[in-house]
Amino acid sequence: MAAGKRAAASAKQTGLPIASGGSGVTTPDGADRIVLLTMMIRIRTFEMKLAELVRNLVIKGTMHPYVGQEAVATGVCAALRPVDYIASTHRGHGHALAKGADMKRMMAELLGKHTGYCKGKGGSMHIADLDLGMLGCNGIVGGGMGITAGAALSAKLRGTDQVCAGFFGDGGANAGITHESMNLAAAWRLPAIFVCENNQYALSMPHANAVAMTDIAARAAGYGMAGEVVDGNDVLSVWAATRRAVERARAGGGPTLLECKTYRWLQHSLRVKGPDRPAEEEASWRARCPIDRLRKQLSADRQLDEARFAAIEAAATHEVEESVAFALASPEPPLEEMELDIYAGRFIE
Amino acid sequence: MSTAQAARPASGIREITYAEAIAEALRTEMRLDPRLFVMGEDVGAFGGLFGGTKGLLDEFGPERVRDTPISEAALVGAGVGAAITGMHPMVEIQFMDFTACAMDQIVNQAAKIRFMLGGKAQVPLVIRTPYGTGLKLASQHSQSLEAWFAHVPGLLVAMPSTPADAKGLLVTALRDPNPVIVLEHKLLYPTRGPVPEEQFTVPFGQADVKRTGADVTIVATGLMVSKSLAAADRLAADGIQAEVVDPRTLVPLDKATIIASVKKTGRLVIVHEAVKRGGFGGEVASVIAEEAFDYLDAPIKRVAGRNVPIAFNEVLEKKAVPDLEDIVAAVRSLVRE
Repeated sequence: MAAGKRAAASAKQTGLPIASGGSGVTTPDGADRIVLLTMMIRIRTFEMKLAELVRNLVIKGTMHPYVGQEAVATGVCAALRPVDYIASTHRGHGHALAKGADMKRMMAELLGKHTGYCKGKGGSMHIADLDLGMLGCNGIVGGGMGITAGAALSAKLRGTDQVCAGFFGDGGANAGITHESMNLAAAWRLPAIFVCENNQYALSMPHANAVAMTDIAARAAGYGMAGEVVDGNDVLSVWAATRRAVERARAGGGPTLLECKTYRWLQHSLRVKGPDRPAEEEASWRARCPIDRLRKQLSADRQLDEARFAAIEAAATHEVEESVAFALASPEPPLEEMELDIYAGRFIE
Repeated sequence: MSTAQAARPASGIREITYAEAIAEALRTEMRLDPRLFVMGEDVGAFGGLFGGTKGLLDEFGPERVRDTPISEAALVGAGVGAAITGMHPMVEIQFMDFTACAMDQIVNQAAKIRFMLGGKAQVPLVIRTPYGTGLKLASQHSQSLEAWFAHVPGLLVAMPSTPADAKGLLVTALRDPNPVIVLEHKLLYPTRGPVPEEQFTVPFGQADVKRTGADVTIVATGLMVSKSLAAADRLAADGIQAEVVDPRTLVPLDKATIIASVKKTGRLVIVHEAVKRGGFGGEVASVIAEEAFDYLDAPIKRVAGRNVPIAFNEVLEKKAVPDLEDIVAAVRSLVRE
């Protein structure tokens, strides 16, 4: 309730959630390329560190790495304002960071600590920050879809110009709730953006075996909404497509389905080995690294030299290391936490 | 006499139906709470299949009274999304059986989000839904599934048995910051009873002793409350005084009132329409077995639905759920002097 009120009050606010000042290295249509690059590197560095921490059992349980898909979260969230909403997936660390989440509180949550976003009760699959409009990662495939429609409906009913971008994968595309939510949002012309991150695989199931058609975005026509296939490894394309979708949503044009074609570099979850994928396939996608791609563009435009790139990487590494130190030094949740937050206002035996 | 009714002013009480009481609760709350809106299948001009939203569209318009596609999962999911972003959705699921289509949204989203987010979210979502047999609608439109929801931490479960409770419990549900499932028996919608005109609340977790008696405690829910009261009348003619306790909410459950009654009577019969196996009656029986065993003078009896799906055939349907005779027989089996 409070978050909604705050969001409504500042609905006119504009600007990139990730841009504190901005770098001035923008595209003609205004995307700040250094800011985008920095965010992608922060996500990559964070996720690679998690792989190490999971391997070393500093982190128990599992998590779903976002490495390779950084351009999607970064491009989408950069086209949103702080007051806009996102709903995320089980592979949601990148979304959270891109929406402005604090890395220390994220890392603490991943270690199950009391200082984490969810006091250690949510873990990787439930990181959320309602104050940032980040409505939560979700452990149920397609779980964010209904929430996306609902947050967009809420914005409409409250008369704000907020939009909600809901992420889902090629796996979630085939969950029933995704269909219901997209239809509902289209029928009611809700300010929603359905962002499919087609990373080519569910757990082991290749997208091509799960559906009879190629493009999930083609389904948009069936719902009477706009749809677009986007190069999900090109952050500027993602940013521009999201901008178009946001403008459509704010103008009352209803929802948009964006299918961002991308690839997850690592396994489905950090505790699950494999499945083995064709080596050429993996190599071809790694050759399309979203970070390298933007870095090369910036270098070619003489906007980024080696030293600056190294500095961005070093800053990200430092931030990640600080977050680990913070998490390690943080207390475990007290046992009483088990009974808190089940019901607002009370515990019911 | 009901404690809640005794506390109410006598003025402004008139007889209306259970369905009218629901619509009145929604109407008056929607006037007070601009964030409250209603969505569901046929809740608009049609007024809800059983009349629970009648007249709302005319007063509040199609933005706040939303007819929806047949998408139970998306309705509840959108309800959750709206609730955590500042709205107060009331979702009507046309038949309780259809909550199965929305189970992930209810159990994994609505019930869990607050906890998973460490208390950062509130989910003020109300789901109203008709349950139970009696309209010859067969296996997929007749179930009583309250035990499913009572089993899930994070949900509140209310089962109003009278028009007054339908209004008072619904107002409480609409003002509660947690997800609430309100179960309404289909056969109760046209029943009439005294309901205060002004807005009032019936608190959750406060059982209503609908009839006092010294010989046996009957804990009954929903439609079974009126059947149990009729059974108590019959038993009184034989000199058996039954106390009828209506918990009104299963979560939270007013254990204290049930325990106090059993301590007084020494006998317990639990009556619900839901199938016996895994039914909520087992929970009530366990509470007494754990906390008041020494006061029992007889075994606990459950009078509940047979462990069968509901058949279309009228006789088979009737015989699958408890009737007055079953309740009377169960009590008599415990009270033999």
